[in-house]
Amino acid sequence: MLKELEFPFDNDEIMRSKRKLLRILKEREGGIPLRIAVLGGSTTSDIVKVMELFLRDRGIIPTFYESEYAQYQSDALFGNPELDAFKPEIAFIHTTSRNIEELPEINEDPELINSKLERESARFEAIWKALSERYGCIIIQNNFELPSERLMGNREASYGRIDFISRLNTRIYEYARNHESFYVNDLNYLAARYGLERWHEERHWHLYKYAMSVSAIPDVAHSVASIICSVMGRNKKVLALDLDNTLWGGVIGDDGISGIEIGSETSEGQSFLALQKYIKRMKDLGILLTVCSKNDMENALEGLNHQDGALKPSDFICIKANWDEKWRNLEETARELNLLPESIVFVDDNPAEREIVRVYLPEVTVLDFDNPEECLRVLDGCGLFEVTTLSEDDSKRGEMYLANAQREEQSKRFESYDDFLESLKMRAEIGDFEPVHIPRITQLTNKSNQFNVTTKRYTLAEMEEVAANTDYVRLCGRLTDKFGDNGIVSVVIGKRDNAVLHLDLWLMSCRVLKRGMEFAMLNALVAKCRELGIREIFGYYFPTKKNAMVKDLFAEFGFTKTSENEGNSVWKLNVETFNPIDTKIQIGE
Amino acid sequence: MSKEQIMERLTEIFRDVFDDESIEISDSTTADDIEAWDSLEHITLISAVEKAFKMRFTMREVSGMKNVGEMAEILLERGK
Repeated sequence: MLKELEFPFDNDEIMRSKRKLLRILKEREGGIPLRIAVLGGSTTSDIVKVMELFLRDRGIIPTFYESEYAQYQSDALFGNPELDAFKPEIAFIHTTSRNIEELPEINEDPELINSKLERESARFEAIWKALSERYGCIIIQNNFELPSERLMGNREASYGRIDFISRLNTRIYEYARNHESFYVNDLNYLAARYGLERWHEERHWHLYKYAMSVSAIPDVAHSVASIICSVMGRNKKVLALDLDNTLWGGVIGDDGISGIEIGSETSEGQSFLALQKYIKRMKDLGILLTVCSKNDMENALEGLNHQDGALKPSDFICIKANWDEKWRNLEETARELNLLPESIVFVDDNPAEREIVRVYLPEVTVLDFDNPEECLRVLDGCGLFEVTTLSEDDSKRGEMYLANAQREEQSKRFESYDDFLESLKMRAEIGDFEPVHIPRITQLTNKSNQFNVTTKRYTLAEMEEVAANTDYVRLCGRLTDKFGDNGIVSVVIGKRDNAVLHLDLWLMSCRVLKRGMEFAMLNALVAKCRELGIREIFGYYFPTKKNAMVKDLFAEFGFTKTSENEGNSVWKLNVETFNPIDTKIQIGE
Repeated sequence: MSKEQIMERLTEIFRDVFDDESIEISDSTTADDIEAWDSLEHITLISAVEKAFKMRFTMREVSGMKNVGEMAEILLERGK
């Protein structure tokens, strides 16, 4: 990540050097293209420019449509040829309290105020419905921030405009709870965090029609970019934590168990405890915790078992406590979890250790902080773990990886790998996309990089369309074994052209590598093709920096290569002569 | 701060904002002389100058400035 864009960033520095930053980011290769329409109720120009910086820094290459000044409503309700041709995948509606058309006046009848509220919320609801019907896009809507003035003083909170704005916000949240692909950008929180007085820079409204201080723009851009990164599967997955002076005060190897600061006895201990408690809650979100500490294992475990600490050894998916270089440990952690180093966020109080990791393993994100309070604030504000949807699989992820570690352990005890697979008592459910699974299927599709032949990405709306269209053959697979349920781990999509099927997507979670699941999916696909009278399947491999592991997948499947061009290869399978491949997976409920 | 010092710091800001190390400015420099200097970048420029000199232009000043020289004059005046 670019140093200038790491949270907490210097807003003014970003504003001043945004041209240079964009030039540097444009030199990077690769990234996921994404079309974003920004429909503003005020000036959006610099918000878009800074948003591009944050998105590019996280591997998304955006193109933007920006509505003419304050044309959010007419663009959304009626579209226009340019916007129609643009086909937004995401629409960000940048409205603020300045765009509320009917605010309450003094001494108005409560009934009248209620009807104003109804009209205002209906106006926005119409905008959201029109956008999702016309473009099927993801919608990001600002809530309304507190205004700069309060005519009646404190009474505004219960009777006046502040009350009105709070009630209007509640309507937005209700809509968000009842509609998928709709996300709220919490502008109200951002304004409060920034400081309302500084946020409402009236000059910038009167001069440029920016609804907030120009200096606050990076906060808004970062927040929206975090939502987008999360929706596009760019969230980080692992928090790798140092121990001494990071999770507790002092050095366990020197100070001993009674010498370290953790718990409610001292103010320093409390501060570390607050951080541990926060991290424990991150784990509940499905974020994987690991330890990366220069320590003897025995001491590390003793510290984590401190009776006043909140984090225990069992909260960590893997504990690296040794005297090796930290970047090597992080690399190994990634390998053991079958994840890429770019999924890891490294937390260490020692600036020298941070710098070494930055240099030797630049894919890892490194957080900067000086003390546990600041560490908590950076974790909270960095947006690297932004939660947009919380699926059951997310909160169980830690358990799944733990089960994986147990499997790994067991595999060492068997004569042959087949014996081990047999012992897992694997069962798979393989079938068409069920509506309830589409969010998970989309999430998995957008974050799978390694076992993924085409790396094609889908928005939720596109995935819903695939699910509803009879031209597509779809399979998703769930794998369970004696250690637990891995959830949905594989997705295949093919587009049908009479008796031929073209595979748009074949991917699998690396959690279930070397289990034979890909063969079970293939067997199911061929069976389905036979049912449908499809005689040939074409597979496509498009190389990326990350998907070399599936270069020969179609060859292993028994496809023959029909052409190859600059690494892109096309493969063909004859459905009639295909013999199912043996697996150790039982198919069915 | 002297006029020279002000012009020096302004040059730095111009180079950052327009991402062009070759920019040289003088009193008579206007938006017409720098290709990237449009009304939108003007906002960035004004804000960057305000932050660097820890001051604020009035709205009248923002809309009234004709060239770099006038901007420097205001900064010189405020610095007294």
